[in-house]
Amino acid sequence: MPELLQFLLSGITVGAVYALVALGFTIIYNASDVVNFAQGEFVMLGGMITVFSHAAGLPLPLAALIAIAATAAVGVALNKLAIEPARGAPVVSLIIITIGASIFIRGATQLVFDKQIHRFPAFSGDRPIAVGGATILPQSLWVIAGALAVFFGLWLFFTRTLTGRAVLATANNRIAAQLVGINTNYVMTLSFAMSAAIGALAGVLVTPITMTSYDVGLALALKGFAAAMLGGMGNPKGALAGGLLLGLLEAMTAGYVSSQYKDAAAFVVILAVLFAMPQGLFGRKSTDRV
Amino acid sequence: MSLLQIEGLGIDFGGLRAVNDVSFSLKPGEIVSVIGPNGAGKTTLFNMISGVYAPARGRVLLDGEDVTRMPPHLLARRGLSRTFQNLQIFQSMTVLENAVAGHHLHERGPVLADLFALPASRRRSRESEAGARALLERVGLGRAASQEAGSLSYGALKRLEIARALALKPRVLLLDEPAAGCNAVETEEIDHLIAAVAAEGVSILLVEHDMKMVMRISNHIVVLDHGEKIAEGEPAAISRDPRVIEAYLGAQATEATHADG
Repeated sequence: MPELLQFLLSGITVGAVYALVALGFTIIYNASDVVNFAQGEFVMLGGMITVFSHAAGLPLPLAALIAIAATAAVGVALNKLAIEPARGAPVVSLIIITIGASIFIRGATQLVFDKQIHRFPAFSGDRPIAVGGATILPQSLWVIAGALAVFFGLWLFFTRTLTGRAVLATANNRIAAQLVGINTNYVMTLSFAMSAAIGALAGVLVTPITMTSYDVGLALALKGFAAAMLGGMGNPKGALAGGLLLGLLEAMTAGYVSSQYKDAAAFVVILAVLFAMPQGLFGRKSTDRV
Repeated sequence: MSLLQIEGLGIDFGGLRAVNDVSFSLKPGEIVSVIGPNGAGKTTLFNMISGVYAPARGRVLLDGEDVTRMPPHLLARRGLSRTFQNLQIFQSMTVLENAVAGHHLHERGPVLADLFALPASRRRSRESEAGARALLERVGLGRAASQEAGSLSYGALKRLEIARALALKPRVLLLDEPAAGCNAVETEEIDHLIAAVAAEGVSILLVEHDMKMVMRISNHIVVLDHGEKIAEGEPAAISRDPRVIEAYLGAQATEATHADG
């Protein structure tokens, strides 16, 4: 029994990271229908910039803030330099642009920083907390709290604020949004900034556990994307549930079967779900008017 | 004093002069129709005025201010709103949400108040919703408020688009074929609606193929052919103008004259 609890706890920790990445996907997808495959690089940048700011002598919280702000700026630059000039191109082209951007960011990070593996100290020490026979790292609690905070923040943003609803309106119909006075360019820029900041936050929270290097982004992007698809792309609730579910699936497979099969098992389950529910668990049916 | 003034507007697509040197103006409360055969440049003209296309030549003045090449969202904030011939609706929102979206500009408040759903914020939402419901009643969609917009008929969507445009409380309203796809009864309703809106002082610029409607409600008609203005004037004069009859009315001439008389 403590075994099961241990797998649950580690599954939820990993799942919270996937959920954060998936939430990042959700925002940009909502604003533009684009699946931003550079999302994983935002996570990587969050970790790497914190590592190097901290090494340069800045206190950890400040280093983390700088990393999040700098990554948000990278997100804005990605939109302004790569996505906005290509506006009007089909969504598939825009998605390919984000793949190109992710390769570019990875390469640039390698040059600016290095190819080593890094970590920085956990926020509240490394002493595991005992929970009913299992243990959990204090940093895991930070990760889980971060994912929940971001989820509720986004939920409030999209349902309560005018700006949040402007983002949804832009996603629904860009021209109609402009007609009612919404500055759709601003909405896009804001979405990329928010999405990048959330990715960076995930990187900051998880680096003390998983460590980071210039190439951790791709795997995270894939897992986050899978989580978002599982939950239903575009739905924050789906992103959270999909992320946690994916994390749990991996932890259970690694624990009870073999850690070599954990990715395979997770993807098999996702495929099965998508066969039965192509819109994902929380996705809404889409209909096209012809 | 004209509210909307168009001066020598023109645009080229490749080597084609899609619209060239078109000028006219609208006074407050006036209904001006732009007519012309298919491909005459009516929608292109609309797209230039509403900031969708950037004109190559000429100016657009809104209440004396030069708004040429201004993006649509800024024009909306200055009181110019429009509908599209091929509909631009938030398909997956409800009818009510579509109309509420039109209130976007008039609903600004502090973000924190919205986040915590403070009374002021809730009151603003309620006012928007009440305003939106009143507009839906006005266009005859009151009972469809909670339906998903995508499930409405084409004619109903046309009216929803008008309601959303009206929610912006515009000073100038551009309507691109509001009666297309509507039956005779709906056309007459739209007819009354346009007249009532104009009576409140809103200037209306109309593109419409229903000649009876155009002749009935327009104060002034501008005729385009091959992107150029070939005539303008009162409906009675336009329907007798030999150039117009030759370029456009053709076989419909008798019908239009009949409607006019």
